[in-house]
Amino acid sequence: MIASARHVAPLLGAAAACAMLGACATGTVVLLPSPDGHKTAVTVRQGDQEVVLAEPYAAATPSLAGPFAYKASPREVEARFGAAVAAQPRPPVSFTLNFELGTDTLSAAAKRVLDEVFAEIAKRPVPDVLVIGHTDTTGNDALNDALGQQRADAVRDILMRLGVKPADIRAISRGRRELAVPTGDNVDEPRNRRVVIEVR
Amino acid sequence: MSNLTRRSMFRGVVVVASSMAAMAALGADIGQVKVSKGRVEIERHGATLPAPVGTRLEAADVVKTGADGSVGITMTDDSLLSAGPDSVLELSQYAYDPTTRKGRFEASLGKGTLAVVSGRIAKASPEAMTVRTPDAVLGVRGTEFVVSAK
Repeated sequence: MIASARHVAPLLGAAAACAMLGACATGTVVLLPSPDGHKTAVTVRQGDQEVVLAEPYAAATPSLAGPFAYKASPREVEARFGAAVAAQPRPPVSFTLNFELGTDTLSAAAKRVLDEVFAEIAKRPVPDVLVIGHTDTTGNDALNDALGQQRADAVRDILMRLGVKPADIRAISRGRRELAVPTGDNVDEPRNRRVVIEVR
Repeated sequence: MSNLTRRSMFRGVVVVASSMAAMAALGADIGQVKVSKGRVEIERHGATLPAPVGTRLEAADVVKTGADGSVGITMTDDSLLSAGPDSVLELSQYAYDPTTRKGRFEASLGKGTLAVVSGRIAKASPEAMTVRTPDAVLGVRGTEFVVSAK
């Protein structure tokens, strides 16, 4: 009750703006809290005017005088956007396999990760899988792009053998662009030699 | 010396060409319908197709929902777009290179409601993703938001 009362004034402000302009509920933008507490923002530009929404529930609605900023409430979002939010797909989930050099056999730890991957696949009506190969910083970009692709292809083949359909899986390489453990150039770091399996 | 320069220039051209081919191939499959309720259709090259769960999307597709419809889409850069009833959502422009994570995503909500969780394109470059409504242009900077249009 207290929480909703806090939002009464801003909502009245928005309603007044709508009454003045004779049009409401079109073009309204509301920034939602980010699930991980990450700093987020959306800019709303109308003609040459722009407002930046950077706080949870910061909102703007177009008006003849440019974007009208106000604070929305969870209740307003639920009432107007509930169906759109409810249709949001399940967010992608990632799993990391540390790549063992010079062997085709999976370690017990790797098998456990694959079990988790298949449990996640089973939760989705139309899963698709992205396999991303990563390397350490030994060697140049071209070499590492190729090496990352080889690792990703190897894991893709394992997943296909275990039942993932070829049409639902893609293997790509990020080479040395995304290090799990930051290092300088030409550093042999086993923890950076890995394959990330993303289920979405 | 000039021989060496010519050879390395040639290699550069080959690399650019192959990455462009990869981008073009991605254009054919830019995302997938993961949630589809009630009436959901896609307009593609002038034809109207039903869009059940599993439908693959292409750039320039227009996704439409009926009065009882809603749709949820996962793009290849992990952006999540979902629209409520009576919505028209155009995936106007989409290019994404998963290796570099560079790309460009422009969507347009003609009417209805849309919820967006931005993905890797917006994360890699704050100017690279925009959502248009009839009245405004939204710039997306690593964000979850909702928007409505007439």
